[in-house]
Amino acid sequence: MANIKELAKQREKISPGHRACSGCLAPTIVRMLGMAAGDTPIVVSNATGCLEVVTTIFPYTAWNVPFIHSAFENAAATISGVEAAYRSLKKQGKYDKEVKFVAFGGDGGTYDIGLQSLSGAAERGHNMVYVCYNNEAYMNTGIQRSSATPKYGSTTTSPSGKVEPGKKQYPKDLTQIMVAHNIPYVAQGVPSMWNDLVTKFQKALQTDGPAFVNVLQPCRLGWAFPAEEGVQIGRDAVDTCVWPLYEVDNGEYRLTYKPREKKPVEVYLKQQTKFRHLFRPGGEEAIAEIQKWVDERWEKLLKLAGEG
Amino acid sequence: MAKIKEELGLGAGTNKALTGNEAVAYAMRQINPDVVAAYPITPATEIVQIYSQYVADGLVNTEFVAVESEHSAMSATIGASAAGARAMTATSSQGLALMWEMLYIAAGLRLPIVMPEVNRALSAPINIHGDHSDTMGARDSGWIQIYSENSQEAYDNLIQAVRIAEHPEVMLPTMVTMDGFIISHAMEVVRVLDDADVTNFIGTYKPERYLLDVDHPFTMGGLDFTDYYFEHRRSLAEPMFHAKNYILEIAEEFEKKFGRKYGLLEDYRMDDAEYAVIVIGSTAGTAKTAVDDLRAKGIKAGVVKIRVFRPFPFEEIKDAISGCKAVAVMDRSDGLAGVGGPVFAEVRSAICDETKKPLTMNYIYGLGGRDIDTEMIKSVYRDLQEAAATGRRTLVNYLGVRE
Repeated sequence: MANIKELAKQREKISPGHRACSGCLAPTIVRMLGMAAGDTPIVVSNATGCLEVVTTIFPYTAWNVPFIHSAFENAAATISGVEAAYRSLKKQGKYDKEVKFVAFGGDGGTYDIGLQSLSGAAERGHNMVYVCYNNEAYMNTGIQRSSATPKYGSTTTSPSGKVEPGKKQYPKDLTQIMVAHNIPYVAQGVPSMWNDLVTKFQKALQTDGPAFVNVLQPCRLGWAFPAEEGVQIGRDAVDTCVWPLYEVDNGEYRLTYKPREKKPVEVYLKQQTKFRHLFRPGGEEAIAEIQKWVDERWEKLLKLAGEG
Repeated sequence: MAKIKEELGLGAGTNKALTGNEAVAYAMRQINPDVVAAYPITPATEIVQIYSQYVADGLVNTEFVAVESEHSAMSATIGASAAGARAMTATSSQGLALMWEMLYIAAGLRLPIVMPEVNRALSAPINIHGDHSDTMGARDSGWIQIYSENSQEAYDNLIQAVRIAEHPEVMLPTMVTMDGFIISHAMEVVRVLDDADVTNFIGTYKPERYLLDVDHPFTMGGLDFTDYYFEHRRSLAEPMFHAKNYILEIAEEFEKKFGRKYGLLEDYRMDDAEYAVIVIGSTAGTAKTAVDDLRAKGIKAGVVKIRVFRPFPFEEIKDAISGCKAVAVMDRSDGLAGVGGPVFAEVRSAICDETKKPLTMNYIYGLGGRDIDTEMIKSVYRDLQEAAATGRRTLVNYLGVRE
């Protein structure tokens, strides 16, 4: 459990004044990771994407920690090299600090183009925390569909139109893919539940070996909601069980949050323009399908977590 | 004994029978980098394989990262180098092609990565044998490129490459190439230096800024808009302009210590040469033999071997061939540019301002490991003599291909 008074005392790892959209929760996720790290030094690698673009416009940087961006698909491979250097220099007695290694990638840089690099680094067992800030589309290039985009989500490359209903496929379950790598720690979080997320980041940073945290990041640009609504939408994602909060700690599933009352998916969907077309006449069937999909997956998760 | 060695021109070290790959792996063991991240690819696989055994036997301090692709090999090497480690990888052909994106980034971030590259043809059709298509395609990536004629050169070049890449006025990634199979898999006598000599020659790597210096955080790889990108790329051009001075300085020190001489080019019987062949890599040896035969018949033939292709030694090339009547530029890759291979284009550009310049012809040869022998090279000299006599020539020729 994180203590907010203690967290507030931590030196920020990312400074204000970056160029993220108002209401963007990606820097919030970074701040929470930084709070979880506390006084432990971290080195960050970042995939090309919104976070990198808005924080590193030369000659400025928002990062108060060592930071490297090299390309889009390789945040995990890059940090694996940094971490290998650390192990090598330590082994040779040339370096004596205790450092943690963190990679940030969006869903495009993680689910899609960076999946191989992430899988390789996870399999090799590097001591790293990989954080996916998952806003469910390529927001930096202008809201294109990714394999994290939900079914029926309308994006600029899966637009809803007269004959198409938006994206036709369900999203890939990357969290489960990472669980299947048998790495020591995998979790899903959302910045709206700060205590849950900071606690997960603390666990991830304390993990000896690879840890993966998939964080749903409501995107005010791509999901088109008022700047102040992001936190609430994240909460709705959790309360509708669209994005359950859980962790898999050395193979043991644990639900970290169980909504008292499971809300219908409409509560979450209706706030986002990408699902607006489902709320026109004829969209009921699609919403029912999403509800069924969410219910089935929730039930499955409850069983895995020993709560079913 | 030392005197005899000197007279034979062999230089310092001990004789060992090694293939090119073995010689390079041996040099890597002596360099003992902090991190090696690599992926297997024919014909460079052995380098990584032998090196893994060194790691397994505790002969090096290296952290070996067996990555899942060459893209990740270069990415991890970039991460390690940025972290403050001496970092290396090795690759060939499609592996280099997959690294392409990261080659530019390694240079742009000014990371002194050293990479042996075993030259192999690029697909399609897939072919595992030696030609220069792979590294010629990477010639504008900001890497220093040093080509080797034989295993000895690959060994010596790799050791010098560490010094070149890490020179504070250079700080550019450097690749050392050798022809796939022809050098990588052929056993030769290689004079290897003592471990301590290599350690002393390369020194320790002391980066100015590095990621693991957590008390002095900095951001590497930020975003430039139109207001800074050009200046940063301009500052990348600067060390490439000056690198040849340092390459020569380091070669001189190498020669002084170990008795083997290296330059940007190697002139062979060029003093009074009327006909010259400009060549890169293992074919230089074949060309030298052809020249010896021709010289015996009174033909004034010579060879210019390009050792350093990046930075391109345009002044040295110009000087080397200024007295020639006709020159053939040999390209072991086809630039598919419509006007001949990449070496041809650059050599022609080097001499274009001269009022008195030799006639030039281009020969594309040896693609996909196609053999080239002394007779074929002699035929090139015959073409040069004829062209010089008649003034008639075919600009771009394909040598040794069925048409």
